[in-house]
Amino acid sequence: MLIGMLEIQQSLVDSIVAHARADHPDEACGVLAGPVGSDRPERFIPMVNAVRCPTLYEFDSQDLLRLYLEMDDRDEIPVVIYHSHPATQAYPSRTDIIQASEPDAHYVLVSIRETGPTDGPFEFRSFRIVDGEVTEEAISILE
Amino acid sequence: MSIEVRIPTILRPYTSGEKLVTAEGPTLEAVIKNLDVNHPGIGERVLDENGLRRFINIYVNDEDVRFLDGLATTIAENDSITILPAVAGG
Repeated sequence: MLIGMLEIQQSLVDSIVAHARADHPDEACGVLAGPVGSDRPERFIPMVNAVRCPTLYEFDSQDLLRLYLEMDDRDEIPVVIYHSHPATQAYPSRTDIIQASEPDAHYVLVSIRETGPTDGPFEFRSFRIVDGEVTEEAISILE
Repeated sequence: MSIEVRIPTILRPYTSGEKLVTAEGPTLEAVIKNLDVNHPGIGERVLDENGLRRFINIYVNDEDVRFLDGLATTIAENDSITILPAVAGG
């Protein structure tokens, strides 16, 4: 049984999957920002994967600062932090668990291992990662 | 001379939930040590035996200190410091 829940609009899911496909074979990464206290992802913010790698991602440090200052100005937080796994399952890797740094965020993983850059099936899952502990949550897609 | 330091969510348990705290010191290293005196434990979340932890970013006036002088970066009155963990994974 999954305890937590991510509620997310279909259009935001589509945007994340499209970003994953566009950056294939490298990992794609980004944020869905939402109002402080709402737990509601609203604003799609694709980020550059500064390490441009099929098995790692990292936001560029200047982009990271700009992102957080901008969210602060808008009274937003990173409700969702997403990244893709181009060739493996949509489950947090060891590195994802060690480096998770936003205890309040939903960590969304999208795997496009079946289809790569082309349309077709994908895996889309959401997790909390707190103090090295991974908890999967249910996803409710809003039209 | 007191400097404003922005604390990321993950380190706010050390600052009683405060997002903005003050600290002092002539260099970044001194500021972090001062921060740790008032908020014990925060120092080792930011530094390890090799210096600034690989996945912690610190900015002085919006400049990543890795492109300044790292921990030796001089801090002056009215500077502002922002600590942000990297958003990274595999």
